[in-house]
Amino acid sequence: MSTLEIRDLQVAVEDKAILRGVNLTVRSGETHAIMGPNGSGKSTLAYAIAGHPKYTITGGQVLLDGVDLLELSVDERARAGLFLAMQYPVEVPGVSVSNFLRSAVTAVRGEAPKLREFAKDLKNGMDALSIDAAFAQRNLNEGFSGGEKKRHEILQLELLKPKIAVLDETDSGLDVDALRVVSEGINRFRASGDTGVLLITHYTRILRYVKPDFVHVFAGGRIVEEGGPELADKLESEGYEQYTKATA
Amino acid sequence: MGLNEKPLSTLHEKASYDLADFDVPTGREEAWRFTPLSRLKGLHNGKAEATGQLVVQAWTPSGVSAEWVGREDPRIGRAYVPADRVSAQAYNAFEKALVITVPKEATPEDHIKVELRGGGADGASYGHIVVVVEPLAQAVVVIEHQGSAVYADNIEFVVGDGASLKVVSLQDWEDDAVHVSHHHAQLAKDATFRSFVVTLGGDLVRLSPSVSYTGPGGDADLAGVYFVDAGQHLEHRLLVDHSQPHCKSNVDYRGALQGEDAHAVWIGDVIIRVEAEGTDTYELNRNLILTDGARADSVPNLEILTGEVAGAGHASTSGRLDDEHIFYLQARGIPFDEARRLVIRGFLGQLIERIEIDEIRERVMGAVEAELAR
Repeated sequence: MSTLEIRDLQVAVEDKAILRGVNLTVRSGETHAIMGPNGSGKSTLAYAIAGHPKYTITGGQVLLDGVDLLELSVDERARAGLFLAMQYPVEVPGVSVSNFLRSAVTAVRGEAPKLREFAKDLKNGMDALSIDAAFAQRNLNEGFSGGEKKRHEILQLELLKPKIAVLDETDSGLDVDALRVVSEGINRFRASGDTGVLLITHYTRILRYVKPDFVHVFAGGRIVEEGGPELADKLESEGYEQYTKATA
Repeated sequence: MGLNEKPLSTLHEKASYDLADFDVPTGREEAWRFTPLSRLKGLHNGKAEATGQLVVQAWTPSGVSAEWVGREDPRIGRAYVPADRVSAQAYNAFEKALVITVPKEATPEDHIKVELRGGGADGASYGHIVVVVEPLAQAVVVIEHQGSAVYADNIEFVVGDGASLKVVSLQDWEDDAVHVSHHHAQLAKDATFRSFVVTLGGDLVRLSPSVSYTGPGGDADLAGVYFVDAGQHLEHRLLVDHSQPHCKSNVDYRGALQGEDAHAVWIGDVIIRVEAEGTDTYELNRNLILTDGARADSVPNLEILTGEVAGAGHASTSGRLDDEHIFYLQARGIPFDEARRLVIRGFLGQLIERIEIDEIRERVMGAVEAELAR
């Protein structure tokens, strides 16, 4: 049983305030959707929690089971059980997918996985996400299509088994088939144990495949409305206009 | 320039066997402006006496000959004419030359190995090696430099019609070594030459690989990897002189630099002469600067004297480790130091992967790993 507790989080980029006091608690077993218009600060929330150097924390706390993540380095946060599926995973030349995944799994588990077991887990994970076997020998994200990058993020999610996963617009740029494959991966992860999911999205489409327990509407750097799955339906029919007007 | 005159190259002006044709460099010359002359231990001004201890040993597979010959041997200086002062000094100072011959159509199963081991940086040594690969033969030569020395030499690679030569040259010197070297490959019709240079050790290493063509269809690929630590000066000066039609050349040198006064120099000169129609050439240099206080100078020069080229280009980049790469790896739990090693290993590894001999590739990768662990 884990809890991610975001308390009055304030974040700036180059002296410009982006997040203006975010409060949110995600417990394992729960899926929270964060929805909002472009520029509302959704991605900033994801990257600030993960510790991207571009973002400056100007106030608040982010606690994972009582430990303040903001005091930890990026890799320590990941080893503490946080995972961020990125919207735009970077290409890293010369580093193969299999080498990268083995290094990541070793770091997160604290010991190198047995080679045979790891090969089996990797193969099963790749099969489940319809990823070609040759993929493991390719360079990390290099020349991957948009869909391949997102499937690869979910493969990592399933291999690393974090306590809390933050998924930043994992659905963007995917066609319906890829969206289904990726959503199934997220659902397998949710069913695999005590895990919490914070799903950041612009569109309601993915919520038909990954059912949220809570929906939060983000605008102007804070949560402006909260509710159950029915809130997503309201956004589907009415859009974000009422929120963008309110904050303008 | 009159209509009947051919345009001349400015990149490769001078070549002579006579030491007197080259003035002692002052450091203001284009060819010497990056090199710290005070650290050459007199190789450039005639003050480096040949009292050094450098042992050269060669191992050849059956069918390949290795002979030590006197200065008068006609095979010496046939493909290469010294192009700078230190090269001419070495040419005039060596006592015996090593001549390795791969006979016509021979395809030895194993590679040829030449080991140069220095016994100290007190006196200087001068050397000369000629590798002749006769028509349609195929060979691999591995040259390893170890120990400590003050050493200047010239190596000639003479690649015959339709022949193929692959060379790996590893400069794995001790910290106080000084090495100035020219590697010249002369490619006959349809010859293939692959050079892989790895420079890791030494106080000052200045290596000048060059290529010339004597017939059409030649194909040269020059790759290099270097890792420069604090205080080291590692300089690579490439020259590809396209004077024959329908030849190819590709240059790819990559280096990582770390520590105070780590200095890398890369000069990439390519000449495409009037006769060299249909030339296809590309040269690339990339530097990864890992700390403050390290400096990379990278100067590509492409001189095109004909209008009929198939392709000609160059690129040079010098930059820091990409924060986004490091963030991505760290976000997956990989600690900073390991993330950094993964990215650097990837950057150099892409080139090292191209070494075809497993044993040598692993040796080079191991040497780079050792540098990363320092």
